[in-house]
Amino acid sequence: MQEILRVEGLSKTFRLSTKQQRLERTHAKTRVAVDRLSFSAYKGEIFGLLGPNGAGKTTTLRMLATLIKPDSGDATIDGFSIRTQPGQVRARIGFLTSELKLEEFFTPRYLFDFFSALHNIDLQLVAQRRESLFARFGIDEFAEVKVSELSTGMKQKASLAISLVHDPDILIFDEPTNGLDVITAKVVTDYLAELRGGGKTIILSTHIFSLVEKLCDRVGIIIEGRMAIAGTLAEVSPQRSLEDTFFDLYVSTTGEVA
Amino acid sequence: MMAQTTPQRSGLLAIIKKEFARFFTDRRMVLTTLLLPGLMIYLVYSFIGSAMGSMFTVDEDYAPTIYAVNLPASVQPMMEGADLSVTPVTEAEAEDVKQQIADKEADLLIVFPADFDEAVTGELGGGGVNSVNGVDGSDGSGSSGVGGSSASAAQNPPQVEIYYNSTRVESSTMLNVTTGILDAYKYSLAPLFSVNTAEGGYDLATEQDSAGFLLASLLPMVMMIVLFSGCMAIAPESVAGEKERGTIATMLITPLKRSELALGKVLSIAFISLLSGTSSFIGLLLSLPRMLGDTAASGTETLLYGVPDYLMLLAVTFATVLLFVGLISIISAFARSVKEAGTYVTPLMIVVMLIGVLGMFSQSAQDNLLYYLIPVYNSVQCMVSVFSFTANPPYVAVAVVENLLLTGLCIVLLTRMFNNEKIIFSR
Ligand SMILES: Nc1ncnc2c1ncn2[C@@H]1O[C@H](COP(=O)(O)OP(=O)(O)OP(=O)(O)O)[C@@H](O)[C@H]1O
Ligand SMILES: [Mg+2]
Repeated sequence: MQEILRVEGLSKTFRLSTKQQRLERTHAKTRVAVDRLSFSAYKGEIFGLLGPNGAGKTTTLRMLATLIKPDSGDATIDGFSIRTQPGQVRARIGFLTSELKLEEFFTPRYLFDFFSALHNIDLQLVAQRRESLFARFGIDEFAEVKVSELSTGMKQKASLAISLVHDPDILIFDEPTNGLDVITAKVVTDYLAELRGGGKTIILSTHIFSLVEKLCDRVGIIIEGRMAIAGTLAEVSPQRSLEDTFFDLYVSTTGEVA
Repeated sequence: MMAQTTPQRSGLLAIIKKEFARFFTDRRMVLTTLLLPGLMIYLVYSFIGSAMGSMFTVDEDYAPTIYAVNLPASVQPMMEGADLSVTPVTEAEAEDVKQQIADKEADLLIVFPADFDEAVTGELGGGGVNSVNGVDGSDGSGSSGVGGSSASAAQNPPQVEIYYNSTRVESSTMLNVTTGILDAYKYSLAPLFSVNTAEGGYDLATEQDSAGFLLASLLPMVMMIVLFSGCMAIAPESVAGEKERGTIATMLITPLKRSELALGKVLSIAFISLLSGTSSFIGLLLSLPRMLGDTAASGTETLLYGVPDYLMLLAVTFATVLLFVGLISIISAFARSVKEAGTYVTPLMIVVMLIGVLGMFSQSAQDNLLYYLIPVYNSVQCMVSVFSFTANPPYVAVAVVENLLLTGLCIVLLTRMFNNEKIIFSR
């Protein structure tokens, strides 16, 4: 097994604004979102980061995607450090999250070509990839329709296609099926499995247990910014459902009954 | 084939192309930022111009209503000569006419003494002997006519009274015309001295100067406001808008350099802002003839700004717009939404407007290099100096270079802001 992602002691603390303090009824000035997180992912697998709301999943993935910088710790992707070689990392990853939006004014086709240009992809290759990806997701009919006029599902599929313009080896997905109906969600999860078949590595975050059980080779359960347990599904939750394992872990880490 | 083998496609170019595509394919945006400003300025200024024009001038074919009591036979032909028809009225009717003037229904009432002609000609011709008031020796006592005449006038001159209404332009104008006629008559009777009686030619300002003067005092302010509003219409939308909608982060996960993003945005926004400014400017130029009235307008046609003047103006305009875009982009990058950006930029807009107004009052350009080092104010200084034909090219160059350097600084700052997660993901 070839280790393609290695996360070591990744930490991130946010300063809370007074508005946030009021909203969350806390006097704490800071919030530890990710606390010395370590794990590895191997080439050709789907790794699931599972955790409740506010566990730090999005923050972790944003750090891996070089959108925000860790306070301490580091991660290497294909050998490149997210801290010191963000440009190299960006060229190798595809990042998909509902927070990263496509400009509504443009068409999927325009945006595909635009992002291809940002990734410095050869024009011939762009046309080839656009055709196959648009056909794969049924975007071809909507290629010239403004993003603002697309349905949520079609938008998500367009985002997915556009995150793949540079055919990255590592894909990072934050809640890939959030807000999608079962059919669109299946299109997406099927495609993730297909990508894995093609040798790609996928890191995804979710709070949906069934998605992990169905799709992931290995899982890391993250609670309050810390990695509670990580390993193959069989290792993490032998002979019982992932959900039961999670509740036990949750009670033992937080001391609360959920 | 050529294009397909280009090894390095520039992220900068991609950003500029995208910004242009965003703008130029959006019919509504083109309409509101390119066509509307010019059209609005043209309409508003033309309207103001013609409204102001009709406020201060009288139509050439205006037929005034002038009444006179005891209109002397000597004066009547002079009035007719000036195309002014005068209706004679009796003293009894005079009160009624005064009311009409007060009500702005009539323009003028001239009341001559009954024996006006006798009084003026008698004094002169009779050498005092036949003078109406019987003052002896008023003319003959002194050897100089000056002393004699003034003495007699001082003692008992015939009194002409002209009633008018200063709140009515036509009335005031007729007062001036009539007094002019009577003054000329007085001078012909007793040529003591005269002031500016020849046919014009006393105002030594050239037409070019007076048009330049008007432009110099008005245009820099208008240009600053027009250019700034052009940038205001586009920069916050492009920077704060992309941040608000979460589309900027999508670009930031690509290998695109942050500096390319900052530079590309500033350059393309500046270009579009310049177009918007040009539209406003064309509207302004087209409305100028109506706004400044006929004389000044004919002056603008004879305005002879040379190629260097235009080049300096162009350079100043470019540098100013770039700096504006740089500043507004930075402020917009701090904001969480387009609306917030608008609020943050307002103080800057007020400062720019005040500086523009300052330029309007400092009608001639300062001849001190220091003034050309103050950002924004130096742009106004340069424009004032170019419009008033007193531009000092090295000073203008200093101002332009300084503004460009400041824009560069803005781009560096913007690059750092795009790199700053606290700014891109501010909550
Ligand atoms: N920019 C920020 N400023 C302040 N606090 C933040 C910021 N981003 C995240 N947080 C806080 O950090 C914690 C972890 O957030 P994160 O979004 O990583 O959780 P998550 O696991 O993705 O949760 P969810 O399932 O709700 O998406 C939360 O308490 C959140 O409020
Ligand atoms: Mg999240």
